[in-house]
Amino acid sequence: MRSSLRPYLPVLALGVLLALAPLLLTSNVALNFLAVTLIVSLAAQGWNLLGGFGGQFSFGHAAFFGVGAYSSAIWQMRFGLDAWTGLLVGTAMGAVTGLVIGFLAFRAGLRGSYFALVTLAFAEVFRVLANSSEVTGGAAGMLLPLKIGAGNLQFSDRATFLGLVVALTVLVLGLVQWIRGSRFGAQLVALRENEEAARALGVDVLAVKLKAIGLSGAITATAGVLYLQYFLFIDANIAFGTWISVEVLLAAIVGGLGTVLGPVVGALALHGLGELVKAAVGQLPGIDLAVYGAILVVAVAFLPGGLVGLARRRAAPRQVRKAEPEGGRA
Amino acid sequence: MYSADIIIEALINGLLTGAIYALVALGLTLVYGVLHIINFAHGALLAAAMFAVLLTNQVVGLDPYVQIPFLMVIFFALGYGLQRLVIGPASHGRDENILLVTLGLSIVIENLLLAGFGSDTRSLNTDYSFAVFEVGPYLLGQARVFGAGGALATAALLWLFLSRSDTGKAIRAVAKEKIGASLQGIDVAHVYAVTFGLGCACLAVAACLLLPTFYVNPKIGSAYVLVAFTIVVLGGMGSIVGAMLGGLIIGAVESMSGLFLGESLGQIGIFVIFILTLLLKPTGLFGAKA
Amino acid sequence: MPAADIAPAATMLYVENVTMRFGGLTAVDDASLNVPKGSITGLIGPNGAGKTTLFSIVSGFLKPTGGRVSFDGADVTHLPAHELAEKGLGRTFQIVKPFAGLTVAENVAVGAFLRHRHRADAETVAERVATRVGLGDRLDAPAARLTVAGRKRLELAKVLATEPKLLLLDEVLAGLNPSEVRDILPVIRGLRDDGITILMIEHVMQAVVSLCDRVFVLAQGAVIASGTPREVVADPRVVEAYLGKGAAARLARAEAADA
Repeated sequence: MRSSLRPYLPVLALGVLLALAPLLLTSNVALNFLAVTLIVSLAAQGWNLLGGFGGQFSFGHAAFFGVGAYSSAIWQMRFGLDAWTGLLVGTAMGAVTGLVIGFLAFRAGLRGSYFALVTLAFAEVFRVLANSSEVTGGAAGMLLPLKIGAGNLQFSDRATFLGLVVALTVLVLGLVQWIRGSRFGAQLVALRENEEAARALGVDVLAVKLKAIGLSGAITATAGVLYLQYFLFIDANIAFGTWISVEVLLAAIVGGLGTVLGPVVGALALHGLGELVKAAVGQLPGIDLAVYGAILVVAVAFLPGGLVGLARRRAAPRQVRKAEPEGGRA
Repeated sequence: MYSADIIIEALINGLLTGAIYALVALGLTLVYGVLHIINFAHGALLAAAMFAVLLTNQVVGLDPYVQIPFLMVIFFALGYGLQRLVIGPASHGRDENILLVTLGLSIVIENLLLAGFGSDTRSLNTDYSFAVFEVGPYLLGQARVFGAGGALATAALLWLFLSRSDTGKAIRAVAKEKIGASLQGIDVAHVYAVTFGLGCACLAVAACLLLPTFYVNPKIGSAYVLVAFTIVVLGGMGSIVGAMLGGLIIGAVESMSGLFLGESLGQIGIFVIFILTLLLKPTGLFGAKA
Repeated sequence: MPAADIAPAATMLYVENVTMRFGGLTAVDDASLNVPKGSITGLIGPNGAGKTTLFSIVSGFLKPTGGRVSFDGADVTHLPAHELAEKGLGRTFQIVKPFAGLTVAENVAVGAFLRHRHRADAETVAERVATRVGLGDRLDAPAARLTVAGRKRLELAKVLATEPKLLLLDEVLAGLNPSEVRDILPVIRGLRDDGITILMIEHVMQAVVSLCDRVFVLAQGAVIASGTPREVVADPRVVEAYLGKGAAARLARAEAADA
């Protein structure tokens, strides 16, 4: 019998590597870089579950990120409740938002570009609402009062916070790896490849898509809460901004659509490159994003499996050859 | 509550703006109708065109309306090149890929504009920017009236071009039956690029018509792209008449919801229409059967 | 073996006066047929006769304009496709639909997951089923790289992995060369021997004659004849449906002239 833990080895390896970072890194710049990158990668895990495994490309994952961040901020500031339950509430609200948007969009049969556009529109509606509503602080945003302490999810040193981010990242990596091997994962990938064929094999396409978008919303919302706890400030253009919708999609695609490690690899690669570009060109506003956009075009054109796919192909050229077609006929 | 005059005036101004929106949407729906792709970079290209108008005005001193023929040609060439050299080859003919490639392009354009011009919001002032026509009790911005007239004229010209010229006929043939058209010796890749070029030329005209009254900043494209998508979806993807009517409706809705809900919350009206149309009637009001 | 009577207990599938209209076009016109348990029943007819539309109705992909479909004694007319699959009604597609980005084993496992929640069980079933249809040595190949024959086999394996009671086969032999057809016939017969009832759309008449207990002929959406394969082939209405009006008489005259 094959060891059932073997598929988790890459996740564990990456987890150990990431766990060492807060212990070894001392520079605040490096710690900050890693914390922000991992928060984005976590949000991208959520996107990848729905977009990479399920083939439903969302252009509005900011909706979930923002709902997570704002729910927790409201929970703490308007209800005076604690940050840890705020993390749970934010995550749960992300799931609920996912289920609601998913129910509306998937039941209406929206797919492909239409689904992408409708998610974008939802994110924009949330942005406008958060920007003009009183409970969210309007255009001024929400500033969490400074209350350092583990109980409030606020840490005086970046390394401790990074440790929390790493822990959640590894937890979600493990979860996604588990999903990949599960019945739900198989059905999700099947409907990505061909919905009709999946239905014929007994896959309840609507139910599976809903499960995926609910989980996806929850994961991305968790990242939103972490963002809030890290910067202690959000406003509508940050929490529901297109930047996060674009970055999560980029990280997942550049890293490798529908792979477990893709979002983390992609986020690290993109943000690393962004820093390099900034170092080379100076602080020209937007120049790193311009490079991201170009990379998206290049990735779609030349890197269908993303960086993870590239690494796999280089690592196992023999397996690929084994899979050549049997006869000469196509 | 507002008096009837104020409401009617806002409605007319909304319809005038809507005509220019319709021109923006026309480019989008044309590309969709022929290539069956959603060009997400449409808004960013519009922003680029608006900055081009602004820059030319500042450097050469050319009036925005005088710039129309030049910018049209330049943007046609730009669109032709983009489709032929970037979008076509990079997306391997898959829908999701096209959406991603054009998203990538929009990010590149938007942020290059940001790097080049900074994030400031700019506007271009002409003699007629703040002038008004008095029509009975109503005050109508001159630039809006000119803009709407220009947009309708452009749409009419495009209509003539598509129905009368040989290229227009080839475009319609490809839109209807791609394989059949290619069997008759029509160069589909060329027709695609021409169509994309026409879509961009519409943007160039729209930019010239918008600038005398509307401000511009590098991020403005994302606002216009959603408005344009809403119009296109409402009017029916690929329908030219639908885009024109949809544009007018959206212009009116925007103006009305702005009047009643205020500037910032007013945008919601458009998004809500967008979402409801997609959820309830994705073929739009005038769309061909899916 | 062909069931002359339509005793409900012995009937796996009962299609009752089913009609399907698309706008002004009537694709299926008041069609009725029954598939006895344990049989291999054929559904033949010229192109465009509505065979695949009927399959789509039976398998829950289309809702009929009128009529009723009963499966294993229960009315299933309004059940969605995935619920029918769960009840044991499996189908293949005329234009095969492999999960192109997945391996053969992963493709088949999607079907196996219907009855087996755990991955290890699903993989075991998938491997067994794939081997049975002759894909045992291609388990780790990407489905996109299979040959036409390989894809047909994969289409069959996927649905078999759902462990169906009734199998709807939509032209599984089309596009195969004679030797490939010869290879796959015993597989289909073996399925029946395992107790799976089969309804098959087929153009390869040699296969219909050798496999089917009973055949229904569909022309312009209506059932025009039924019986054993030999009866049906000799039926002048069937010959006319295929070859045009008056063809049967011409054929008969030609045969008489030859004799």
